[in-house]
Amino acid sequence: MTLITLEKRSERSAFFSALSPFIAFGLTLVFGALVFLLSGQNPLTALYTYFVEPLSEMWSLHELAIKAAPLIIIAVGLSVAYASNNWNIGAEGQFIAGALAGSIPPVMFPQWQSIFTLPLMLVLGIIGGAAFGAIPALLKVRFNTNEILTSLMLVYIMQLFLDWMVRGPWRNPEGNNFPETRRFNPSAVLPELFPASGRANWGIVFAIVAALLFWFILNRTKRGFDIKVTGASPRAAGFGGIDKSRMVFYAFLVSGGLAGLAGISEVSGAIGQLRPSISPGYGFTAIIVAFLGRLNPLGIVAAGLVLALTYLGGEAAQISLGLSDKLARVFQGMLLFFVLACDTLINYRIIFGVPKLPQVKAV
Amino acid sequence: MALEHPTLLEVKGVTKLFGSLRACDDISLVVSKGEIHSLLGENGAGKSTLVKMLYGTLQPSAGEILWKGNTVSIADPAYARSLGIGMVFQHFSLFDALTAAENIALSLSKSIPISQIAEKARSVSLAYGLPLDPDALVGDLSVGERQRIEIIRCLLQEPELIILDEPTSVLTPQEADKLFETLERLRDEGKSILYISHRLDEVRRLCSRATVLRHGKVVGSCDPRMETPGSLASMMVGSEIAQVKRDGFAQSKTTPKILLSVQNLSQAPAGPFSMALKNISLNIEAGEIVGIAGVAGNGQGEFFDAISGENRQGVPETMRIRDVNAGKLGVSERRMLGACFVPEERLGHGAVPSMSLSENLFLSRSQSDAKIFTKMKPLGVVNNASLEVASKRISSTMDVRKNAENPAAGSLSGGNLQKFLIGRELDRSPSILVVNQPTWGVDAGACARIRQAIIDLAKGGAAVLVISQDLDELFEISDRIAVMNHGSLSVPLPAASVTREQIGLLMGGAAA
Repeated sequence: MTLITLEKRSERSAFFSALSPFIAFGLTLVFGALVFLLSGQNPLTALYTYFVEPLSEMWSLHELAIKAAPLIIIAVGLSVAYASNNWNIGAEGQFIAGALAGSIPPVMFPQWQSIFTLPLMLVLGIIGGAAFGAIPALLKVRFNTNEILTSLMLVYIMQLFLDWMVRGPWRNPEGNNFPETRRFNPSAVLPELFPASGRANWGIVFAIVAALLFWFILNRTKRGFDIKVTGASPRAAGFGGIDKSRMVFYAFLVSGGLAGLAGISEVSGAIGQLRPSISPGYGFTAIIVAFLGRLNPLGIVAAGLVLALTYLGGEAAQISLGLSDKLARVFQGMLLFFVLACDTLINYRIIFGVPKLPQVKAV
Repeated sequence: MALEHPTLLEVKGVTKLFGSLRACDDISLVVSKGEIHSLLGENGAGKSTLVKMLYGTLQPSAGEILWKGNTVSIADPAYARSLGIGMVFQHFSLFDALTAAENIALSLSKSIPISQIAEKARSVSLAYGLPLDPDALVGDLSVGERQRIEIIRCLLQEPELIILDEPTSVLTPQEADKLFETLERLRDEGKSILYISHRLDEVRRLCSRATVLRHGKVVGSCDPRMETPGSLASMMVGSEIAQVKRDGFAQSKTTPKILLSVQNLSQAPAGPFSMALKNISLNIEAGEIVGIAGVAGNGQGEFFDAISGENRQGVPETMRIRDVNAGKLGVSERRMLGACFVPEERLGHGAVPSMSLSENLFLSRSQSDAKIFTKMKPLGVVNNASLEVASKRISSTMDVRKNAENPAAGSLSGGNLQKFLIGRELDRSPSILVVNQPTWGVDAGACARIRQAIIDLAKGGAAVLVISQDLDELFEISDRIAVMNHGSLSVPLPAASVTREQIGLLMGGAAA
């Protein structure tokens, strides 16, 4: 006997398309409360500490912006890739590649301090991320390799390359052998927006500009149309004269380039030097952001803020409740799980019990 | 005769609503044991919706279905099959990478070894005159052969009622004749058949009863053998349909101008499921319609892709479009030379199902009509307003019936979408039109309209290439007919003097 039936809707439900992220967030809260309960906390206090307290003070709103910026920038790029059916899972590696490439001026030429230093770093960051993203694109186009595997594996290569760089060639000569580069000179640091009230820097501005720009491209231009057709129906894309290989490169260059921009922004803004680890998994969390935001750049801004909150809440829970900071991962995982589950509602309706013939009054 | 037989299936007042659209409106019909009952109607008349309810893939909004006198609620296809209702769909649901036998095994609920299924399939295929190799990969098979798998799959479940949705639209005349024999044999064994078709002569030959649907309602029921094709057609469309007029193109010019020229086109197969093209040459003049006949899967799709530029040629001279060497040009560049293309698959090739009509208009014309459909040149902003105007114009010219202003392409019935896709290209007034299966799965009314539009285009001086498996269609509209067999193309013969037998022989691979 079937107790729950999924019936395919004749059309995608616009209602659930908008609502499903909220249902997912609600379910995450319910099950989060359960997790807190199991770890011996008062669920309401814990949820308050996790999700509300970080929003109650000005400085922590700045922290939220700092955490959200890389997530949004990366996720906007990923949304372009995913919408065109190119599964770039390697944004974390492209993030580091951008950070490394963008750090060339302040690390190798610390004396060169000019108003061009920072712009050059940003450009190098984009190029670095895009170049590293081009590798899985090339492999896919030339050898038909699966980009999910190649882009993911390249992440670990880049993480170890960064580790080697900061311990070896780029180690700070005056740094007591700590595995980190020299601190960036002032002209290489991304300025803070409102230094009086907190640390938030221009990264969040980049994020919002990127989101607006790509929202426009995806929804209003021929290029965006090409991206969506390629994702929806590759054969029809060929009929429309859209070059499949070029689209693969476009998707990876855009998503890699934006990940690289996020990387150099993070390093020159929030951190101020290169270290063995410069990202708490932004490149992977951004995948959740992209889906939670429905691959829509404007939705991604909101989703980026929510996921940034899980990082802050994780820190808060660690400090005031003594819980593991891995809790942030648990919340992110639940959120992704529930988003994907709730997306079923867009194309299917749930019927409890055995479906019967619904009687419609004669009209 | 029908009176002696008990009622097998009765449909009472069945209604199906999609939003505000009444796809089926208070439909009643009776199918007796051992009869071939025809369901006639234009596309969008509600035939497919009705049979989907009988097969359990859709649920009626109101009404009753009685099976052997008992009210049943057919929740899903598995239940339909357990009752004894089998279905052969218009669009096949087969996995390309599996063999015929494996595909059949997938649909059987019991776990039976593949070898046994292959054996059974072989014997059924022999018994009913449906030749099929159970070990062949589906991807290698023609559309006609795929249909045989579907039919055999259905027969293996030993149904009492078999529903066939437009079964002959993909078959050669010979194949169709064989299918009719099969169906008659099944009827004589006491099985009932619900036969959906828009080919009126078939219905008249095969069926003892017909229920005619129009706009979701039953408009009549008759014995088709007592009717003429004309009277059946006017029941379907509600008025006399216009006969296609073919006056012939006035050959006033002294030297006819060749608009499309293919020279020595050879091409290796792109994959395990595709056909090589062997040294094809063909010239099409202004004002001429050349038809290409052939059994499905003999390289027609590959030939279409080669002409459209979805598959380019290595040598520029291989393809000449209006005196320009176009072999190395892509599909958009060929469109800009004045060529237009309508592929066989509507959903997923000619159109993106999830996108609206105006977006699908943009799909094929974004480059060739960039001036109209995009603005702010470097940005390439899509001009939605002009797209909507143009798609409205196309819809009204081609009489596209739809349930919303600008619906998703996938929500249109096959015939209406085809009218839109043909209209999308005709709207450009192309000088060359290449169309693959212009009327496959399209009802009589839409068929006539599409064929007339193609003829009118040629009359205006365009060169038209029509690839079709429908010989009647080719004889109706073509000036010359060539046959495609195993990737080779025969010499085109004048349609006025060539006989069906000659074409049939060429389709079977015999030399002309």
